[in-house]
Amino acid sequence: MSAYPALVITIPLLATFVGTGCYWLNRKLCYPVALLGLAGSLYTSVCLLIKVMAKGSIGHYHAGWTPPWGIEYRVDLLNSFVLVIIGSVALINLVASYLNIEQEMSEKSGIFYPLYLLFVTGLSGVVITGDLFNLYVLLEVTSLSAYALIAMGSKDRAPLASLNYVFIGVIGASFFLLGTGYLYIMTGSLNMVNVGALLPELYSSQAILVGFVFCIIGVWIKMAFFPLHVWLPNAYTYAPIAASRVIAPLMTKAMVYVMIRLMLTVFRPEYIYAVLDLQNVIVWLSCLAIVAGAVMALAQKNVMKMLTYIIVSEIGYMVGGAWLGNQAGMTGSVLHILNDALMTFCLFLAVGNIGVLGKGFRLDSLQGIFQKMPVTMACFVLGGLSIIGVPPTCGFFSKWYLLNGAIQAGHYAFLVALLLSSLVNVILFFRIFEIGFFEPMSHGHTYAHQSGGAIQEAPISMLVPLILVSFGLLVVGLYSGLIVQQIIVPFLT
Amino acid sequence: MRYIGLFIVILCGALLLYATQDFPAWGDPNSPASSHVSPHYIQKSIEETSVPNLVTSVLADYRSFDTMFETTVIFCAGLACLLLLRTFIQERGNWYYRHIPTEVTLHIKDARRIPKDIKDFERIDTLWVPYDLIIKTVCRICIPFIQLFAFYVVAHGDFSPGGGFQGGVIFGASLILLAIAFDLRTAIERLDEFKLGVLSALGVFLYAGIGMLCMILGGSFLDYSQLSKIFPVDPVHIRALGMLGVEIGVGISVMAVMAIIYINIASEGRQDEGL
Amino acid sequence: MHEFFMEIVDKYNYWLYIILMMIGLYAMIVKNNLIKKLVGMNIFQTAIILFYISIGYKEDATLPIIVNAHGVHSPEELAINTAEYINPLPHVLMLTAIVVSVATLGVALALSVKVYQQYKTLEEDEIRMRIRESSL
Repeated sequence: MSAYPALVITIPLLATFVGTGCYWLNRKLCYPVALLGLAGSLYTSVCLLIKVMAKGSIGHYHAGWTPPWGIEYRVDLLNSFVLVIIGSVALINLVASYLNIEQEMSEKSGIFYPLYLLFVTGLSGVVITGDLFNLYVLLEVTSLSAYALIAMGSKDRAPLASLNYVFIGVIGASFFLLGTGYLYIMTGSLNMVNVGALLPELYSSQAILVGFVFCIIGVWIKMAFFPLHVWLPNAYTYAPIAASRVIAPLMTKAMVYVMIRLMLTVFRPEYIYAVLDLQNVIVWLSCLAIVAGAVMALAQKNVMKMLTYIIVSEIGYMVGGAWLGNQAGMTGSVLHILNDALMTFCLFLAVGNIGVLGKGFRLDSLQGIFQKMPVTMACFVLGGLSIIGVPPTCGFFSKWYLLNGAIQAGHYAFLVALLLSSLVNVILFFRIFEIGFFEPMSHGHTYAHQSGGAIQEAPISMLVPLILVSFGLLVVGLYSGLIVQQIIVPFLT
Repeated sequence: MRYIGLFIVILCGALLLYATQDFPAWGDPNSPASSHVSPHYIQKSIEETSVPNLVTSVLADYRSFDTMFETTVIFCAGLACLLLLRTFIQERGNWYYRHIPTEVTLHIKDARRIPKDIKDFERIDTLWVPYDLIIKTVCRICIPFIQLFAFYVVAHGDFSPGGGFQGGVIFGASLILLAIAFDLRTAIERLDEFKLGVLSALGVFLYAGIGMLCMILGGSFLDYSQLSKIFPVDPVHIRALGMLGVEIGVGISVMAVMAIIYINIASEGRQDEGL
Repeated sequence: MHEFFMEIVDKYNYWLYIILMMIGLYAMIVKNNLIKKLVGMNIFQTAIILFYISIGYKEDATLPIIVNAHGVHSPEELAINTAEYINPLPHVLMLTAIVVSVATLGVALALSVKVYQQYKTLEEDEIRMRIRESSL
């Protein structure tokens, strides 16, 4: 029984309240308090990961009551792994977006930081909790702060996009609550491990089946699985860049974690793969999601919208990998949580730096950008290669595990969908490379002597995080074998 | 759109109703929901926490961690309303002032011409509402009693239906009554944005602070029995006192957030005129 | 057929609340006006709250407050029979759900005010038309 699981959540929570007080008492302290809160949370989650790798899963019984009468936090390898990802992405983004926030919302920036901290707290709580109703409450904390953060973007499109997200998000969370209610009626308990132990006698009951369906559909709505993804493109494109850089990589991946936790701990693998016969259907649905996401990304003329449709496609990889039914597929899915968070974060950081030039995100305004922002575009190239799946970047290794899993399970449609989407990603990114690198001939002749490749890079505080994250892509790729051996395989066996 | 909606609704409804044939009978005391976890709460609540109101003891002690995040949700909604709506630009361009001795009303269109000798002038709202003596007098008499009742509901939540949320909402409702019966500026004079903001953060900080104190004293988060190391009360009764402490924090925060949400939505963020 | 009707009569509370939920869900999906969608969202969430509360009911049982317990110092004097008190856990969960639904309603209203300030209308098809016109 250690204090670390509670500290991971309470440090940013207390920092939120102190930061809110500082907005009215001393405005300059808001940013340092937020940084301290996130740094403390990251430090404790790294300590937690090291402890769990050494000793096995750790529990923390809140208010001193043992489960199932009290609320329990059970931290095992999967939990702590996702917690470290969340903490590091949030901290790096806060450092990189400081100038953006001060520019876009100067007088209300002191309220932006507490909401940002609340988002990260809620997301960490969703990942670390071991109680189904606590998961619903923390999901609502995360969603409410996300609605407010997204609506601060461009004046004309952002509030409507956020309102649509509100309606669809409430349906998703309420479906999850309904599913939990059905499980509660049949078992009488809300603790995940306890429900998992009580369910095997009830496998043939229709109430459990309907409870499962509603829980999974609620989680799918929140992770934007095709065709329930309609809120995602508008919400992430029109949000302020500081908010979309933290919401886009993390929110959908945490929901993938919730789905895997429901599949493995609450409804155990015997139910999912043997008793239910939905495996084939869901893998076909994820093939459809991958292809639809890729095709819709091709049709976009705005770089940010293109990236959001790529997110939809990547969610298809993870859902299909988890439902394939063998260890390779599940390993690929869990590794892809890490890789996709890093790749999406790197691409959004690069696109945010492009936005500093002030010309918007349309594809034709990206001409000649390789000359103006060489460092940013080099990191963008790395991120693009990672999404395509070129070794030794990290994207290659998770795709390798997913392909292995598809061959082992005999799902050739999934294999074809994976390869097809890699090809489409090649087209998408090389199109941008071509527009950015080769200026049209007429411009080249008249402007070559005048502009001479004047470099207008983004400020240092935005460049250093981007370089760090793109090195991280390479490092994680090279150490993928170590990560799989030490963290993922011990969890799955 | 209508047919897609109808199809989705009929499909979900049919699925949900199909599952009800498996449910235990309604009102059965031996159903799993009533025989697995809840008998422990009913039988042991007085022995372990010395609080007769079972809902309060489960809410503020056994599942107190959930309640902390529930308070965080309402705090987040208040912050969100402030972030979205608050503007510091007075863009009305239409100010109405009444000179009190002569009852002459001035319509001012330019902000530079607002009268400097302000104590003879009072500001009236753009959408003029008739002056009603009965409503103002009755509300002025009722509001202190409503607030006293709110304090009673918070303090007596251990023994009768009540608690922090209920009391906080009643207190917030009394502030909204003040804003509706008089005008928004009267309510803002009593509790301006600075005080409301600090109070809302203070309430939740009190809750999380009590939990942190219990953890520093060597227990798990929000384990009130650790507080008996610094207070001279035995570990069972200290739980009732710890519950009272967190309920007070919840009440303060809910009251402030109700007022913040009303003031910002009614005045569209400008905080000068409202309903 | 007879058993089917007896089923509905036995568990009429669940049937009522599920039908109410579906009315709310239909309003959220189909209606055009943003405030009507908000009202539908509220109906949907309230029906889920009522559904949970009806789980905790026991026949001939009273409120979950132990009677004659105010000021009692030794718990052995009270004989507590669990069948006399309804299940307190769904009530606790639904206190949280009510607060969450109020908070969501507050944020959604603030967003509607912002949409109205920008477009001067609350009908969704008119807003889409104005967006399309301004992007041409």
